[in-house]
Amino acid sequence: MNSILDLILRLDCWLLLAPLLPGIINKVKAWVAGRRGPPVLQLYYDLARLWKKGVVMSTLASPAFVMLPAVTWVALLGAAMLMPLGPLGAGLSFRGDALLLLYLLALARFCTAWAAMETGSAFEGMGTVREVSYAVLAEAALIAAVLSLSVQSGSISLAAMLGPPIGASAVLLAAGLFIVLLAENCRVPFDDPNTHLELTMIHEAMILDHSGPPLAAILHGASMKLLLFAVLLVQAVLPMGQLKPWLAAVVLAAGVLGVTVAVGLVESLLARFAFRRVPLLLTTAFLLCLFALLVAWKGGLQ
Amino acid sequence: MSATTPFALLANATSLPWAEVPAWPVADFIRATAAELARGARLCSLFGVAEGEAVLLVAVIAFDTDSTLAVGRSGPFSGGFPSLTVSHPQAHLFEREVWEQHGLTPEGHPWLKPVRRSAGNAPANGEFFRVGGGEIHEVAVGPVHAGIIEPGHFRFQCAGEEVLHLEIALGYQHRGIEEALDGGPYRTTLIQMETIAGDSSIAHATAYASLMEALADSEAPLHAQWLRAVALELERLANHTGDLGALAGDVAFLPTASACGKLRGDFLNLTALLCGNRFGRGLVRPGGCRHDLETALAAEVLEKLRPALTDTAQAVAWMWDSASLRSRFEGVGTVFAAQAGEIGLVGPAARACGLVRDVRYDHPAGWHRFAQAPVTVWPGGDVFARARVRSLEIQRSGEYLCEQLKAPPAGEVCGELAPPAPDTLAVALVEGWRGEVCHVVLTDSNGRFRRYKITDPSFHNWSGLALSLRGTAISDFPICNKSFNLSYCGFDL
Repeated sequence: MNSILDLILRLDCWLLLAPLLPGIINKVKAWVAGRRGPPVLQLYYDLARLWKKGVVMSTLASPAFVMLPAVTWVALLGAAMLMPLGPLGAGLSFRGDALLLLYLLALARFCTAWAAMETGSAFEGMGTVREVSYAVLAEAALIAAVLSLSVQSGSISLAAMLGPPIGASAVLLAAGLFIVLLAENCRVPFDDPNTHLELTMIHEAMILDHSGPPLAAILHGASMKLLLFAVLLVQAVLPMGQLKPWLAAVVLAAGVLGVTVAVGLVESLLARFAFRRVPLLLTTAFLLCLFALLVAWKGGLQ
Repeated sequence: MSATTPFALLANATSLPWAEVPAWPVADFIRATAAELARGARLCSLFGVAEGEAVLLVAVIAFDTDSTLAVGRSGPFSGGFPSLTVSHPQAHLFEREVWEQHGLTPEGHPWLKPVRRSAGNAPANGEFFRVGGGEIHEVAVGPVHAGIIEPGHFRFQCAGEEVLHLEIALGYQHRGIEEALDGGPYRTTLIQMETIAGDSSIAHATAYASLMEALADSEAPLHAQWLRAVALELERLANHTGDLGALAGDVAFLPTASACGKLRGDFLNLTALLCGNRFGRGLVRPGGCRHDLETALAAEVLEKLRPALTDTAQAVAWMWDSASLRSRFEGVGTVFAAQAGEIGLVGPAARACGLVRDVRYDHPAGWHRFAQAPVTVWPGGDVFARARVRSLEIQRSGEYLCEQLKAPPAGEVCGELAPPAPDTLAVALVEGWRGEVCHVVLTDSNGRFRRYKITDPSFHNWSGLALSLRGTAISDFPICNKSFNLSYCGFDL
């Protein structure tokens, strides 16, 4: 009984709260620009609207075009279930779940890329190429970050990795993971989620031909991914293991909100990078995480 | 250098009896035009005039350093003529247009295809230039775009992210304006002029009104000339401000994007104070202006203009202070000065390549004979230079307006206009915010329009956009496009 309650609470957290994040980011951007901006709940309205619509299928696309967004969504939800939530712990925890998390994220990306190429449109092909080439660098940084957490805690289970304080490498890891968060979630300065210009898009270009419920699944999946990375960042950097449960919950929520507001501020004050400069920033993120790994490793020897 | 030309000379916004325009057999006419262009003249317009079954060509060229225009024509002919494009690429669209409108073949033209229509009135989406090779991919954009903009088709030949070649096909908005003007002027003519390119209403209406005044051998009252100059600068301010904001928006730099979007509205509202319409419709009319700007109202405009200018300067300063934004603009979409001269760029796009080319200064007419703003030039030819020229023009237009609004000349705002002279050719150039707007009219023996030729600055500059994309990343197309911000309907007519 208790475990069912726990599961429901956890699903509520991920499914219902995730679409709040893009709304908060947009509110922050509007506030900085002196506009009123769309409602915080705008993504919920959009999802409801899309859910009621039909699906437009290209005659060239196979049924995978509709199925793959669902697979992506399930993969992201699975990754979310592995992620510990402060005092709640992880929904599913075992030795090596950190590796599964990485692979589920990769699977989600693979499915989105495949679905994008189903229609054979030049835009979506371009978007896929960009997404996959930047992912090579972003994943390297993420793996380095997970490795450093693993070395620090001597475990490859997320629940054990994210509990204890990590000391000096926290600052390096925070910077590295924040850059990875921006890149993985297609935010400025890597991508512009608000753009209407097909030629400059990365993630948006990949989903141009999707419509109706599959598009809703993609948008909802994207917001879950954003929440996932925000939760990972906060827990990797802030030691919550020793706090009282209610305090840990408050710190986690405040941390996620802080990260979201920071994303909004970055988007308000920074122009997008040219594509040729993106690898530079991603390599920086990788190096930051790599140095965090070195600090964790050397610190462990003493 | 204009002293020795065999072409007939005339000043901007003046007329010339048709009989005084020198005529040559077509081969000699092309050779004479080529010789003038080789000496540094610039082709403003080249078009055909039907004469019975045959057609004759008319060329309007500009000697910018001498502040004079020149006209020449060929005798009536049919069939083909030697292409001018071979030696002077700035003629390439004009010759394609002549081929499309009159069926005269420019022999040796390297890329002869329709400009606005192909068979069956479909837009000119014929054969595109293709780059071969397995590494090359082709990207087709438009005519339906993701934003609310006009329709046009862009065909990119890319190697990865790099664009090797861009070809632009337009004509989706062809409305037949020139054909509708044959036999004019009509009651609707002025309204049509204001809609050639809606964002340049004042420029096109002023060009038309100047032509009508030149044909009547008169001038608008000084007060009206002053008012037209004021409205023209307000149009420039609104569009430059809006475009700088849109440029910032395209690279997701929100502070300038949001502020400029609002400030553009402020400038449009000032135009609305002048005439009740935010785009200046119904202000200019042949013989003067339809609305007067009384001293009290001029003071109100000035009072509202000053804070808007201060805010714009601030919003633009945010842009130049941001390293992340400058790195997106610098060295992107470069058009070299030599290329710009060869393809005949006009307006801010030409001035951003270091060319000193501004009708207000080179060929002053109307109020610009008495009060001028300095020409704004910036070297480089990249997106940064084009944005920079525009931001400087905002400053200078602002200063010009503040000065002019303080001291309006007295007098009537509208005078009587005599009917147009028969068998006369008149030329008017106006420096709209996008560049040189050129209107040429030829009247028949009854004083009605025999041929009315409109050349929007976009007609010259679309080739510049295509050139700027060479070797540029395809993801930088939107900022290149926005830095030119050319008119589709002004081109399509």
